[in-house]
Amino acid sequence: MLSMLAQQLVNALSLGSIYALFALGFTLVFGILGVINLSHGGLFMLGAYAALFFLERHWPAWLALPVAVLVTGIIGLLIDLLVLKQLRRQRAPHLMPMIATIGATILMTSLAQGLFGAESRHFPLSFFDNASLTLGAVTLPYAQVAIMVIAFGTMITMGWLLKKTRLGIALRAIAESPRAAALLGIPVERLFHLTSFLAATLGGIAGILIGLSFNAISPFMGQPMLHKGIAAIILGGLGDIRGAVLGGLFLGFAEVLAVTYLSSEYRDAFSFGLLFLVLLWRPQGLFGATHLRSA
Amino acid sequence: MITRPALLCCRFLAALLLPLITAGALAAPAAEPIRIGVAEALTGPASQYGIPILNGFLLAAEEINAAGGINGQKLLLVTEDERGKKEEAINVFKKLIFQEKVLLIFGPTLSNSMFAAGPIANAAHVVAFGTSNTATGITDIGPYIFRSSPMESDVVPATLKTVGAHLPLHRVGIIYGNDDAFTKSGYDVFKSTLQQQQVAVVDTETYSRGDVDFKAQLTKLKAAQVDAIICPCLAEEGANILIQARALGLSVPFIGGNGFNSPALLDNAKSAAEGTWVGSPWFDGNTAAENQRFLRAYRQKFHSDPNQFSAQSYDALWMLVDTLKKITLTSQLDKNRELLRDALPMVSFAGATGPFSFRPAPSHQGKPGGYDAHQTPFVYVVRHGKFTLVR
Repeated sequence: MLSMLAQQLVNALSLGSIYALFALGFTLVFGILGVINLSHGGLFMLGAYAALFFLERHWPAWLALPVAVLVTGIIGLLIDLLVLKQLRRQRAPHLMPMIATIGATILMTSLAQGLFGAESRHFPLSFFDNASLTLGAVTLPYAQVAIMVIAFGTMITMGWLLKKTRLGIALRAIAESPRAAALLGIPVERLFHLTSFLAATLGGIAGILIGLSFNAISPFMGQPMLHKGIAAIILGGLGDIRGAVLGGLFLGFAEVLAVTYLSSEYRDAFSFGLLFLVLLWRPQGLFGATHLRSA
Repeated sequence: MITRPALLCCRFLAALLLPLITAGALAAPAAEPIRIGVAEALTGPASQYGIPILNGFLLAAEEINAAGGINGQKLLLVTEDERGKKEEAINVFKKLIFQEKVLLIFGPTLSNSMFAAGPIANAAHVVAFGTSNTATGITDIGPYIFRSSPMESDVVPATLKTVGAHLPLHRVGIIYGNDDAFTKSGYDVFKSTLQQQQVAVVDTETYSRGDVDFKAQLTKLKAAQVDAIICPCLAEEGANILIQARALGLSVPFIGGNGFNSPALLDNAKSAAEGTWVGSPWFDGNTAAENQRFLRAYRQKFHSDPNQFSAQSYDALWMLVDTLKKITLTSQLDKNRELLRDALPMVSFAGATGPFSFRPAPSHQGKPGGYDAHQTPFVYVVRHGKFTLVR
């Protein structure tokens, strides 16, 4: 019984880090640009497909994976240039970018389906060969160890970037007030582009890692992840990097514990019920400040 | 957006063309093709089934027309994409019945969609012929609903009996997706069959569509110490479940439903699929001449391997041809639709999926039902990375 609990806690940590990794890029865009970018699920899916595309052309993994991340970043940048920037220029209300990015997602999904087909695909390689790390009665696939390390590594790097570098200070100034930042001479538009690029690369990394560890790449993989991602960033506090990671972990633990002690039938009811309770207690989320945008 | 002048222009062109089309039709009445509706999911997640199904129809239609058609009349497939969605299936059914004036409709792909669109066909007295719907209750819609896909309730008892003959089967666990008509219906069938065969279900776990991590549920199943795990799942989820189960050190055999019956399972799960049991209406290794001919023709036309779904649609169109050869079509569409519906239940056929006939569905509260498939399933187990037939 105890060994089962230990295994479940490890399962929760690994599931939570997946949600956290996805939520990182998602929350970054909200923190800086102030928009909910619903195409993040699409970028996540595209990252996995870009990697698949290069790997199937026999590119070595050390080249294929970074290039795929770069491609995803560029597509994220394009979405910013072609969609979000136009809406910013027109001072469109908050709902517009949400709807527009849903459109971008549909476009990406259809494109992936047209090019690669609807069936679920997998990478033509197995870095980890489904091998697992075993500690006593507890096992954890190596691929997920990698996800955890990367999720926490990214969180720490992003935290450092935002707190300690000039770029981070500029970004936080924009998060506070884009207009004031512009008056201070910060190139706001350029940093918006950079943020969209960075967030998309994070989405791409998440897509590739999840593609690697679950062997399931499909044009529709972004949608369920998007739902969990939204839950994670709302829980953690919109726009907060630590919040996204902790929100993701919270969701992972809630789900796994619901399966362990209640029934998998009530998993989502339990985890989203818990989310609701947390929001009643702290409407701004675990880490959200009252003014919401805090990067 | 279509502007008003453009719309007018279209109408004008249509008016110009209309006499030409009807004139063409009148000039050669004998060569007028028999219009067959095909409503399958060609885009969206269900297209992984819908496209192989369409391929089966295309191959059969090509062969039939090359052999001269039916009493000199060629077949014309009127294909519509129902996208695996209920609303879309309803729209497509209406279009095929009232606008395209087809003789019957093949499809839709998913049981969910048939529950929604089937009543339209039944009310219009047009046969709706599903080649991939396996959920219970489909043919309760009415007497115009046919399916050539055996229900899970036909396949599962045979599968469990065969497994029970080869290994101890006393305590089992179940994992399934509870938000999908297909997997839920598979679960219901397994549950009642297990009860009949007196096998104890000690743990039942569920997941939602789109889940990729099943380790929490599998850890619980491992702790329950079962003889086997029943998994009425789709192949993609199934492959992930198998891989994660093996990674957690859960080594008991899995028994799958119809969804496991796919090359994608072996392709994705590789060695983790070893020792998995499946029942299926089609077996690619079936050496019957009809099946071998189908395999050859399919590979030649599509440069890929067929699956169960293409075999079933291929057989369904040939079945229709068998029936059409026995009736004389009139010039009245309504009458032809009735003639076909009355003749179809008499089908006795041997194709790529083996011997086939229809079985009337039991009527409910005096309401007549449609026709289910009557077919003996194949049971196989994965050995050395291949589906191997078990007798």
